[in-house]
Amino acid sequence: MAIKPVTDWKTDYDIFAKEYKKNPFPIWDELREECPIAQTERWDGSFMPTRYEDLVNIARDVKRFSSRDVLVAQYGEPSEEMELEMEERNEEFANVGAPPITSDPPVHTWARRLLLPPFSIKSVARFEPETRELCRSLVSGFVDKGRADGAVDYAQQIPPRVIASMLGFPKEMSGTFTEWVRGFLELGLTDPDLRQESARSIFEYLYAQIEEHKENPRDDLIGYLLTAEVDGEPVPEAHVLGTCFLVLLAGIDTTWSSIGSAIWHLAQNPQDCKRLIEEPELMPSAVEELLRAYSPVTMARVVTEDTEYAGCPMSEGDKVLMNFPAANRDPRKFTDPDKVILDREENPHIAFGVGIHRCAGSNLARMEMKVAIEEWLAQIPECRLEDPEAVTWSGGQVRGPRLMQIVWP
Amino acid sequence: MVGRPGARPALDADSVAVMRVRVDAEKCQGHNRCFARSPELFDVDELGNAHELNDGVVPPELEDEARIAVKNCPEIAISISEEAD
Ligand code: HEM
Ligand code: SF4
Repeated sequence: MAIKPVTDWKTDYDIFAKEYKKNPFPIWDELREECPIAQTERWDGSFMPTRYEDLVNIARDVKRFSSRDVLVAQYGEPSEEMELEMEERNEEFANVGAPPITSDPPVHTWARRLLLPPFSIKSVARFEPETRELCRSLVSGFVDKGRADGAVDYAQQIPPRVIASMLGFPKEMSGTFTEWVRGFLELGLTDPDLRQESARSIFEYLYAQIEEHKENPRDDLIGYLLTAEVDGEPVPEAHVLGTCFLVLLAGIDTTWSSIGSAIWHLAQNPQDCKRLIEEPELMPSAVEELLRAYSPVTMARVVTEDTEYAGCPMSEGDKVLMNFPAANRDPRKFTDPDKVILDREENPHIAFGVGIHRCAGSNLARMEMKVAIEEWLAQIPECRLEDPEAVTWSGGQVRGPRLMQIVWP
Repeated sequence: MVGRPGARPALDADSVAVMRVRVDAEKCQGHNRCFARSPELFDVDELGNAHELNDGVVPPELEDEARIAVKNCPEIAISISEEAD
């Protein structure tokens, strides 16, 4: 990891730098005004737009800005191991990648069509009662202690279990599965062996589950993928596996990061807790506002031809970091962007991206956030950070609290 | 609405304007913000694509909701028109 301190964010930014992880907002503010398309040589080099308008333009320009590689250096490495491993199992996988997130039209179009129905707003509503039950029992587990880690003990426990249930894993697996996922996405960030080992466990389990589903067909996400057809043809099994893995990669640390950030906000803003308890009907707009203010995800694009954007010359193969979080704090688009206004009336945020790659899991993520906040407040109406300075943040492309001790009376 | 001459007096100070919403299917990417907030005005299909309900006619008490839907769609896919009934 680069340890050279950043002295000029405009030409040498580092999304893994300590100060960026902890408090990127003033950095974005400076870049947005002084150098709206910043540049760096770090992590193989990239450009980084920070204005809403530029993010939207680039996201829509899928010909010049391809999604074939949505990750920058560090984060991408371990998934190559995964691909190698998958390749051994099934050569076809090498050509499959993780569509739709890493593909452009036309592959993107059908891969996305396949994935959308099980994640539609109406489909995910079916999982609300069990998500609520899960959140309630997590809070019950620590409420009497008067303290918990809002990230480790709560936020990180929710999305893996919801996804496991959607995929159709047996209930008794959900604890083990959650530990693998945390080993892969969280603890593994600083422990490559654990990361690889966890990835292997997840992968082998997925593979076994697909086999098991073939023998005992069921109505769950794996079952849906195995029986779905694209242009009258069944979906190749390698694609089923790739899709399940994508859902795990795209749908878990993203969601636990936004749940974690929401709890972080509430722990410091008792007036907002009070308001949500007294006016529960504000919850949907509050979720959108928290998504806007604490957007977790920065994706990437690859420039497909030598070109120019907003006066910046770009070469084929250059990367562009899609800083949706910075766009969502652009004062050109949002009044008082740094204020969290739970009933903000005009909030066309792009936390889930914009254009054809709009997050396929957005409805699931919103449902989980809403339920997680409601169930936390139901038993913990007031709380605070034990030590705001001690909170640590994951940085890079998915931002959220990693360690966050919260206490309550 | 055109085609109903005589239903109301012709355009004058007293005429009632009818508000309509319309989703541009080419632009909509299925964020579902409109449906989540105003299911009285919009519906979505299983791919998330939204469409207006009831020919887009907005009852007077939902006019503010329709304006809010326009302002919250990240794809700028929703438009409003007002014409004399
Ligand atoms: C709060 C939580 C989440 C956030 C902030 C988020 C954010 C995003 C963003 C910004 C994109 C756009 C990528 C781009 O433009 O390159 C995206 C794409 C995607 N997300 Fe999410 N996501 C979240 C949760 C989920 C969940 C729960 C799932 C699935 C279970 C999921 C699955 C996907 C998929 C499959 C794509 C690719 C869509 C495509 O390329 O067509 N995400 N997400
Ligand atoms: S908010 Fe806009 S993009 Fe989203 S579903 Fe409605 S019309 Fe489509």
